[in-house]
Amino acid sequence: MQNYKHSVSLDVTKCKGCTACLKRCPTEAIRVRDGKAVINSARCIDCGECIRICSNRAKRALRDSIDEMADFKVTVALPAPALYGQFDNMSSVDYIIDGLYKMGFDYVFEVACAAEMVSAYTRIYLSRPDIKKPVISSACPVITRMIGMNFPFLADNLMPILPPIEVAAKLARDQAMKDHPELDSSEIGIFFISPCPGKVSYVKNGFAGDKNNVDRVLSIRDVYFRLIDIMHQDKYPEKSSDSGMIGIGWAATGGESSAVFNERYLAADGIENCIRVLEQIDNEDFTDLDFIELNACSGGCVGGTMTVANAYIAQARLQSLKRYLPVSPNRPTDTEIPHQYFTDEKFEYDSSFTLSSDRNEAMRMMNDIENITASLPGIDCGSCGAPTCMAFAEDIVRGQTNIDECTIIMRELFHEVLDQRRKKVLNERIGHSPRVSDKEEESQ
Amino acid sequence: MADNITFHFDVHGDNFSSAGEASQLVKKKLRQLGFTPDVIRRVSIAMYEGEINMVIHADGGAADVTVTDEDIIIVLADRGPGIPDVELAMQEGYSTAREHIRSLGFGAGMGLPNMKKYTDTMTIDTEIGVGTTITMTVKHKA
Repeated sequence: MQNYKHSVSLDVTKCKGCTACLKRCPTEAIRVRDGKAVINSARCIDCGECIRICSNRAKRALRDSIDEMADFKVTVALPAPALYGQFDNMSSVDYIIDGLYKMGFDYVFEVACAAEMVSAYTRIYLSRPDIKKPVISSACPVITRMIGMNFPFLADNLMPILPPIEVAAKLARDQAMKDHPELDSSEIGIFFISPCPGKVSYVKNGFAGDKNNVDRVLSIRDVYFRLIDIMHQDKYPEKSSDSGMIGIGWAATGGESSAVFNERYLAADGIENCIRVLEQIDNEDFTDLDFIELNACSGGCVGGTMTVANAYIAQARLQSLKRYLPVSPNRPTDTEIPHQYFTDEKFEYDSSFTLSSDRNEAMRMMNDIENITASLPGIDCGSCGAPTCMAFAEDIVRGQTNIDECTIIMRELFHEVLDQRRKKVLNERIGHSPRVSDKEEESQ
Repeated sequence: MADNITFHFDVHGDNFSSAGEASQLVKKKLRQLGFTPDVIRRVSIAMYEGEINMVIHADGGAADVTVTDEDIIIVLADRGPGIPDVELAMQEGYSTAREHIRSLGFGAGMGLPNMKKYTDTMTIDTEIGVGTTITMTVKHKA
């Protein structure tokens, strides 16, 4: 966990040390220290909430550059279906596919097509009698990381099938290798065009181990600005899209669930809402459900921080784009899920939350936290650099800050000192302490 | 040996959306204390069921969780109507929940049985018209 590579980063020169991201972070991973935000790598889940809220644009999503296409002999674009909802007045996905070829990609493999395969395998998986229900979608990497970190008992509920990005990358590489037997696998560059930093982290950390086939991750935003210059809608494109309704539907919340063809599902989005749902499943609520789709971003992938369009407008555009498409042209004929589509990713329970490995020491620290919390103002103002008074108390006990950082306590202390000093000065000059005013006498 | 720690929570009545807040916070605390996921989950589920019960039947109450050297003791105390027939109430599926509560998905008659299932000991102290106190323990030492 300590070596986890994140894709949400901070531009220190732009950070004003305000409390916006501090308060928004769902895992309390941010602190403000010496006037600048600091992200605790062990707790960050790359959800992008801090990028969304920062008005100083100090939080950035790291991604690769389009120029890196030059590093490979053959390049493959893997557009996420959310890309299709970014363009206004576009009558067909074909224009985007054509545009990606014009950008210089040798192949375009739509993640939406792979999503249709994953939907088909999900239906097979759900029909098995030996699985733990409700099955939780593993498509959103922020959610899977959240489960690995905080919900060890739900790890067995995660669908063990590769997510669409991985299926697409694998099929794309196989095809490129077949067409170019003279090339080494390292000379083929698979570029995922991503709506969110969560997917960037997923790739950088090799989530699915040796099954990870994506080489670079571009942002939808970067690709969008390249595409609008070269996409021409005056003549019909040569290249065309292979996706159907189901694949494109995956870009927005509910799309993945509706493809399960089973009404016993729940689809939620927004990281806070997802956490609440996970808490309740963990408490054995919702036992009647078969499938749970959780998307960290509001609206689903179209709500990712690396997109351009408003999530709900993008969703509306996707509805009209997919209207006349076939339901699912990429349905595999398998009746069993091929073994290469399973992931054996195991989650390690994160012990970074533990105060001390020695129980007695942890108990003493907890006692201190409780006592300090009780003495704090409880207004969760964030001025100390921690999101809540309780988090501040924990930071004090862990030795990461000190109680003087509480501005309320500091102000009281300051008044006390001022009062003493005033008395001292007056004593020196007029020989006695200031008279207690009528008002103060009353209050006493 | 360190001193015991008690966490106290007020559970507010007639508010389903906030039911579960106490168990969620206890989960976090137990995690900080380094308990295994299994112990944490048993405490959390038992407490959550108890919280829901207090909201449904007793207009809220108080939850106290004490961590000792040996076990975690959960005491849920309310000033509700009391349980007339404890043996009956312990039967799976037996429920006195009113229709509007059942329609919210609560009141399946599994609350008390689940609390018993996930804990090592459970005692119910109840008096009609006075209230109910449920004491549960989860042992954390093997």
